[in-house]
Amino acid sequence: MNEQTLDTRPAEAPIIVIEQMHKWYGDFHVLKDINLQVQPKERIVVCGPSGSGKSTMIRCINRLEEHQRGRIIVDGIELTNDIKNIEKVRAEVGMVFQHFNLFPHLTILENLTLGPIWVRKTPKAEAEEMAMMYLEKVKIAEQAKKYPGQLSGGQQQRVAIARSLCMKPKIMLFDEPTSALDPEMVKEVLDVMVELAEEGMTMLVVTHEMGFAKMVADRVMFMDEGQIVEQNTPDEFFDNPQNDRTKLFLSQIL
Amino acid sequence: MSDRIEAVEEIRPPVTKVGVIGWLRENLFNNWFNSILTILTLWFLWWTVPPLIKWAFIDSHWFSEPAVCRDGHGACWSVVSRNIRFILFGFFPEDQQWRPALTMILLVGLSFWSRDRKRWKKSLAFTWLAGIVVMGWLMHGGLGLPVVETGKWSGLPLTLLLSFFGMVFAYPLGVLLALGRRSKLAAIKSMCVVYIELIRGVPLISLLFMSSVMFPLFLPEGVTIDKVLRAQVAIILFTAAYIAEVVRGGLQAIPKGQYEAADSLGLNYGKTMRLIILPQALKIVIPPTVGILISAFKDTSLVVIIALYDVLKTTKVTISNPEWMGFSTEAYLFLAVLYFICCYAMSSTSRRLEKELHTGR
Repeated sequence: MNEQTLDTRPAEAPIIVIEQMHKWYGDFHVLKDINLQVQPKERIVVCGPSGSGKSTMIRCINRLEEHQRGRIIVDGIELTNDIKNIEKVRAEVGMVFQHFNLFPHLTILENLTLGPIWVRKTPKAEAEEMAMMYLEKVKIAEQAKKYPGQLSGGQQQRVAIARSLCMKPKIMLFDEPTSALDPEMVKEVLDVMVELAEEGMTMLVVTHEMGFAKMVADRVMFMDEGQIVEQNTPDEFFDNPQNDRTKLFLSQIL
Repeated sequence: MSDRIEAVEEIRPPVTKVGVIGWLRENLFNNWFNSILTILTLWFLWWTVPPLIKWAFIDSHWFSEPAVCRDGHGACWSVVSRNIRFILFGFFPEDQQWRPALTMILLVGLSFWSRDRKRWKKSLAFTWLAGIVVMGWLMHGGLGLPVVETGKWSGLPLTLLLSFFGMVFAYPLGVLLALGRRSKLAAIKSMCVVYIELIRGVPLISLLFMSSVMFPLFLPEGVTIDKVLRAQVAIILFTAAYIAEVVRGGLQAIPKGQYEAADSLGLNYGKTMRLIILPQALKIVIPPTVGILISAFKDTSLVVIIALYDVLKTTKVTISNPEWMGFSTEAYLFLAVLYFICCYAMSSTSRRLEKELHTGR
């Protein structure tokens, strides 16, 4: 298993820095004083009860949600109202959603090539070649000409992962990628994510799949009521949780 | 369990459920009430259809003098055939009527050519552009053809041109208004809301009146804008407001996840709309949009109130001629068929488009 601990990690410049970040929905304080540094190639699993703000937090990283206080710096670019900066960050940060969010009017191949062609200005032939490569990787190349509506949930989610990868992102965010899947399809998606983790992708994963966390995470983070309550290596986190809320949560899901 | 599943043989449905007899029993005679209704309907059809056919096709006159018609009992289609040039082309000079005829053939031909989505390429846009220039030249004249003022444009070409250009310009304008109404920029949003609500709040007739009576009062002396053009603009503005609201409905039907997925790829607003949102939203609203286009087509007949002679008005003029008085039924039936063909072509094209764009969600 992973023997690395936080303090022995080589002191590289972090790729994501979140400092004293707060967010409100109206009067409701969803995120309270979030501080987080993510190193390149680090794999973080975020867990916590529903409504704890874990999805909101990772959605702030590519500005699908706006934060109201504090700073978020992704790959050296601070997220402000500057739309050009936001678009730059989004091109570097891939995101996989709970409900896949494939474009239903486009074929699988077109779903994958859209970003490279229109954002990266990749020539079409090259984009298609790359798309086919990633479809091979998620083991779904034979479906390239179909439409998303013709695929199963697990297949759609694998396409969604491939779509993000086509942008050659430096960071991948996963927002409960297996929660909307039928149980028998969870594994095929997790397998792809494990493979991705092994290749050294920087990943932030919101999930309840604790097996996945144990297998690939460098760090597991527990959130409750808008705060990061506890974070540790998976071994420590699962075997020796410190906080009572963490203990309660783990006792409920394990 | 498993051998019980294997034991089930393939069985065909009962005879009474399939074939002609099955269909009859299912749909026409499935209980005593429906059986009575079926018999009553058959009796009604027997009572009305044969006399109608006799009137329209057997006893009818097709190319006769009006006097011959008055002696007979059948339909007098001569009112149409003898006046066809006036009904179709109105006051367009008689020796030049091949020009609007050619224009209509060009317009209808190009429209049918464009039905096939495989042909939707850049070259098609250029073909249309060239076609429109040629149509303009044919209708207006110049460059070797005698000039025909727009005041003389009438009949079917006027109806077709007003509705065609009405639709072609109203649709994109409506889409822009719909996007504007959902804009986060308050100024743009309120402008679009005011526009849409104002235009929808008044009848087309009043817009046409304004364009022909009030609008010229605001122009400096000596400046005149063509009356047909003014009517055309009124129709475009009116139709666009309705299309905007339908398209807005389509935009609201697109789940938030689509915007988020587009955002997360780094697509900007324009590309998100053009590539992701509008293709889906416009597809959803094809049926109501075509409804609006069809009613816009029929509404062009209102231009008669500003003294433009569309095909409905030229027909009315024909049957008010004392020689042909009393044959309005035949003339209006002809007109109804004409309108029906156009509207049906639109709705069948839209159904075909819907089918082609269906991608299984």
